[in-house]
Amino acid sequence: MREHGQPITTPGLVIPDPVNYDIGREKVVETDSDLRTEEMLINMGPQHPSTHGVLRVMLRTDGELILEATPHIGYLHRCAEKIGENVQYHQFVPYTDRFDYLAAMNNNLAYAMAVEKLAGIEAPKRAQYIRVIVAELNRIASHLVMFGTYGLDMGAFTPFIYGFRERELILDLFEAACGARLTYSYVTIGGVREDLPEGWVRKAGEFLDYFQPKIKEYNDLLSYNQIFIKRTANVGVIPADRAIAYGLSGPVLRGSGVKWDLRKATPDLVYDQLEFDICVGEGRMGQVGDSWDRYFVRILEMVQSARIVRQALAKLPSGDYRAKVPRLLKPPPGEVYYETENPRGQLGFYIVSDGSPVPYRLKARGPSFCNLSILNEVAKDCLLGDIPAILGSIDVVMGEVDR
Amino acid sequence: MIAHIDYIPFFSWPEWLEGLIVMIAVYLPFVCLVAMFGIWWERKVSADIQSRHGPMRTGRWHGWAQSPADGLKLLAKEDLIPVAADRPLFRLAPYLSFVPAFAALVVLPFSARFIFVDMPISVVFLFGILALEVLGVILAGWASNSKWALYGAMREACQIVSYEIPLGLSILVPALAAGTLSLAAIGEQQGGGLHQWLAFRNPFLFVSCFVFFIATLADCKRSPFDLPESESELVAGYHVEYSGMRWVMFFFAEYAVMYILSAVACMLYLGAWYDPFGIVLWMEKAGYVWSSAVIGAGIIIVKAFTLVYVQMWLRWTLPRLRIDQVLSTCVKVLLPLACVNLIGAALWSWLVPAGWAQLAVQVLLTVIGTGGFLFFVGVLVRAMLSRRQGLRLTLLTPWHAIPVAEPPPGPEPASNG
Amino acid sequence: MATDIAGKHPHAVVAPDAWRAAAEFLRDDPELKFDYLRAVSGVDYPKESKLVSVYDLISTAYRHTFAVKVETPRENPHIPSVAGVWPTAEWHEREAYDLLGIVYDGHPNLTRILLPEDWQGHPLRKDYVFPKEYNGIPCASTVNP
Repeated sequence: MREHGQPITTPGLVIPDPVNYDIGREKVVETDSDLRTEEMLINMGPQHPSTHGVLRVMLRTDGELILEATPHIGYLHRCAEKIGENVQYHQFVPYTDRFDYLAAMNNNLAYAMAVEKLAGIEAPKRAQYIRVIVAELNRIASHLVMFGTYGLDMGAFTPFIYGFRERELILDLFEAACGARLTYSYVTIGGVREDLPEGWVRKAGEFLDYFQPKIKEYNDLLSYNQIFIKRTANVGVIPADRAIAYGLSGPVLRGSGVKWDLRKATPDLVYDQLEFDICVGEGRMGQVGDSWDRYFVRILEMVQSARIVRQALAKLPSGDYRAKVPRLLKPPPGEVYYETENPRGQLGFYIVSDGSPVPYRLKARGPSFCNLSILNEVAKDCLLGDIPAILGSIDVVMGEVDR
Repeated sequence: MIAHIDYIPFFSWPEWLEGLIVMIAVYLPFVCLVAMFGIWWERKVSADIQSRHGPMRTGRWHGWAQSPADGLKLLAKEDLIPVAADRPLFRLAPYLSFVPAFAALVVLPFSARFIFVDMPISVVFLFGILALEVLGVILAGWASNSKWALYGAMREACQIVSYEIPLGLSILVPALAAGTLSLAAIGEQQGGGLHQWLAFRNPFLFVSCFVFFIATLADCKRSPFDLPESESELVAGYHVEYSGMRWVMFFFAEYAVMYILSAVACMLYLGAWYDPFGIVLWMEKAGYVWSSAVIGAGIIIVKAFTLVYVQMWLRWTLPRLRIDQVLSTCVKVLLPLACVNLIGAALWSWLVPAGWAQLAVQVLLTVIGTGGFLFFVGVLVRAMLSRRQGLRLTLLTPWHAIPVAEPPPGPEPASNG
Repeated sequence: MATDIAGKHPHAVVAPDAWRAAAEFLRDDPELKFDYLRAVSGVDYPKESKLVSVYDLISTAYRHTFAVKVETPRENPHIPSVAGVWPTAEWHEREAYDLLGIVYDGHPNLTRILLPEDWQGHPLRKDYVFPKEYNGIPCASTVNP
């Protein structure tokens, strides 16, 4: 009978002492004057409201001033690449959902198109239009989450609720199309899994009409709020050449002024038949490449995505929603590297096939993995209160950092 | 020191006992009720702004019993003290935070008759006792033995100590204009109509009202100055290691101070317990002692809660400032403004004689102030009206209402033989 | 040293000794200008007893893509690091080292990135055996019952 206050033990279970890698690394800084300051090593641990997932950032600070910010990742590593070498091509689609779980349609799309390129399959026209529609709607949903959580990081609680209110309607549309609200597995190899239900096109159009005036509401509430601007403008400036050198992609790269969007650079699907602009940060509130620019690029991208969806809905042809793909897919031996433009950047798949139903090597290049690597360089000489601003504007999702 | 106890005529207990009974029977429930109502109302106001409902179920009518229910739950929580925490200081900190709030309440007049402790220097007493609250916060952060709590406590110390200066100066300005340091006496000078309110006496007092309000936001650690408890950065800052009833003490202290500072703002600037039309003053002069006192008390409670509503409104709209921006706002904006107000108010009474010039200025400022107030009320009303309308337009067509094309006629079903 | 293969994934094979110079050439040559390193993938070929590091490049100016494969023997894999040429490679090479065991010479901080610092072995290798326990915590898997 266990007594009150006794620890609960499982026989044979040995819980090791937590390894503290940083004991002894705190040092005292002797400055020239008589003032002796002490550096603090602070752990913004895996559980923290503003690290957007299980990210651990080791901060070495001098008071509020950050001297070094080292991200430690791997808390969400689920061995997706090893699993990819043990399951068949069709069976891997649900695993791609879980990379960037806020943009599952886009992840499915990247994987499906990589395998299609490897196996030489062509998706029918209707499938391509449906893919564009759901991918762009998912981009809007993902940017709404970023908008809400960025406001939350900055202390404005209301944009979160407003963003999720709109996102609920998108999730309703997705639920009607494929049955799931977050991890869809809807876009598969050869097309989409099922056709859109009756009335879906009309409801998607209604959603776009409802959504259009909301952007102005978001701008009035958060984007042009003076306190928000003071918190984010001129914070975490990434120059364009450093952005390209570090392999950043997506709104983070475009926020630094680089006009690079895979949908225009290497158009696939039907993007070359749709009209839209690339949104670039212009340094309206501060320097080009600060956090406000990265945030505002996403707001503008929501407008552009709505535009794309409207055109695609109007041009949606009838026909097959999926090409004929054998259940046991055996692509010819070879390899392919394919990237698409996700809401967070460029998600790339490098697939090596040896002719068997199971991939030989499947590597996923997560956009947030590359985007996060710039944290140490950007966070130098910032204040502690700037770390949530920078992390929120880079908008990492740990699922695709760790895979 | 304790005066005006003669409103309980049929008891003849010793004064100190009467005072103690009134404290326990009236003021302690009052501060608890204010805090519990404040918590419930904050949830309702935040829900309103965020197009949700807030508590709706506990207690049937709009979840009024949510606060007592939360209190019961927190009472039953395990009392955790971190192993490495400084136990005596850890235990002391919540009380150091709550007691000044409670003590400040006793000098607040509720009307001409309902003044528990009528000190001739009640303004100075109030200011001093509210400054004790920062001790409790720093102690909590230090005794928790956690770096995050320490960060919250450090920021809190910087912020509140800096904002005490504009706060104090803004308290001095109406005291200067009224010529007395007693809260009750300042309040008594504002009867007789909207133009008599101290905020409208001269432009420096008008600006000083806003400076005082912003300084109270910082003193209550409310957005946009809620760094010490910034949830998304520091996970509740200085009270991160507190749970259960100890945490309730901090929470109560916050809402109590919110109410007290709003009441002080009303007392000093916004007409104390007098209504805008001069009715209460007329009732007092005409001899309706009890009814004017009760109506006056009601009026000041309503005014204080209006200011609390504005504080909540700001919290759910604005992001928070970084610590260096908080301090630069204080030192570079509020402090010079407060000094200018003090000098200006002092010179005003010397330069502008009482007469038609003074009256004209008062009426002008009254018009400006009322116009601004009505503008904001109009914004609120318009938002409420458009929301009722907008809901019907923004709901998308439900699935079952979308016309579905008839499926092509299939083969006739086989009839049962 | 270099064999070009045209097809779905045009790439060249470069020997490890020449890789550093080739990387700088690819980045700086005015006609190629491969300034964007997309990904560094490690692949394990136990049958040919080699570990391959695949570098996918793209040029933001000209929009052409290319890939480079650097092969190294499986027993003693060493490849010069290009973290100085493209800082993207810093984290990608750490991941390849972590999961496959390819050692990148000259890398500023070659430590494990996804797995804990005290993990034994390189899981993505084809002959990897899952451990039975980690620091006293038993690991169960279908591969290793």
